[in-house]
Amino acid sequence: MTEFTPWASLAGGALIGLAAVLLMALHGRIAGISGILTGILPPVARDWGWRAAFLLGAVLAPAGIVGLGATLPFDSPVPAFWVVTGGFVAGIGVQLGGGCTSGHGVCGLARLSRRSIAATLVFMLTTAVTVYVIRHVMGGW
Amino acid sequence: MARLMGGFVIGLVFGAGIALSGMINPAKVLNFFDLAGNWDPSLAFVMGGALVVTALGYRFVLRRPGPVLARAFHLPVRRDIDLPLLGGAAIFGMGWGITGFCPGGSIPALGLGEPAALMFVAALAAGIMAARRLRGPAG
Repeated sequence: MTEFTPWASLAGGALIGLAAVLLMALHGRIAGISGILTGILPPVARDWGWRAAFLLGAVLAPAGIVGLGATLPFDSPVPAFWVVTGGFVAGIGVQLGGGCTSGHGVCGLARLSRRSIAATLVFMLTTAVTVYVIRHVMGGW
Repeated sequence: MARLMGGFVIGLVFGAGIALSGMINPAKVLNFFDLAGNWDPSLAFVMGGALVVTALGYRFVLRRPGPVLARAFHLPVRRDIDLPLLGGAAIFGMGWGITGFCPGGSIPALGLGEPAALMFVAALAAGIMAARRLRGPAG
């Protein structure tokens, strides 16, 4: 069980949106995390600097929140082998599909991009089916 | 320098949003997709909040002649719905469903010092590089 957190989730979502708007306003870039990450992997993009700075900020923010004394619930209920396998699969998918939850699901949908609407519908569906199969057909981990 | 500082501060805002929203927690993400089990609808509120702010903000920002710290807006121009898009999205969903991690959730989770986040991000990077190599230098 995880606790239903409508207000915190809405506020956190609004901050994610604010970051997306600021990155467009200042850098002229879509806030797609897989795309930003791809640019710091070899062959490294010419504009890797802001990408690395963004990712560093994204890592440090939760560390800072915990440092201030708040608790952030975290639970990875998946065996390590499957975390690695799923990570590799997700990497292939975001590279082929040109984006992930943030790029297609937030920025693309906000622009009413046809490609992002299609991609988001597909990955929401396959994610739900995957969770269903693992939890209710295979019986969970 | 302004671009680096700007990137860092925007990354902080993004990471704080992921943390506050609960997207940083794979168990919570998996429970959103588990309609037949312990359903936690929180993720719909994350998507809703992010979408409303981004859609409104983009309307304002994209009317301007260009971004403050770069020459032009970099916006995707393709409109065709092709097999790599749909197949890639389908494959990404499998990885998200197996782990409960998406790229935007996993990177901030590194800041919690969680080994699972590190494993996911390393494997994600390996998958991106492998697919990129298969598609050739232009991909």
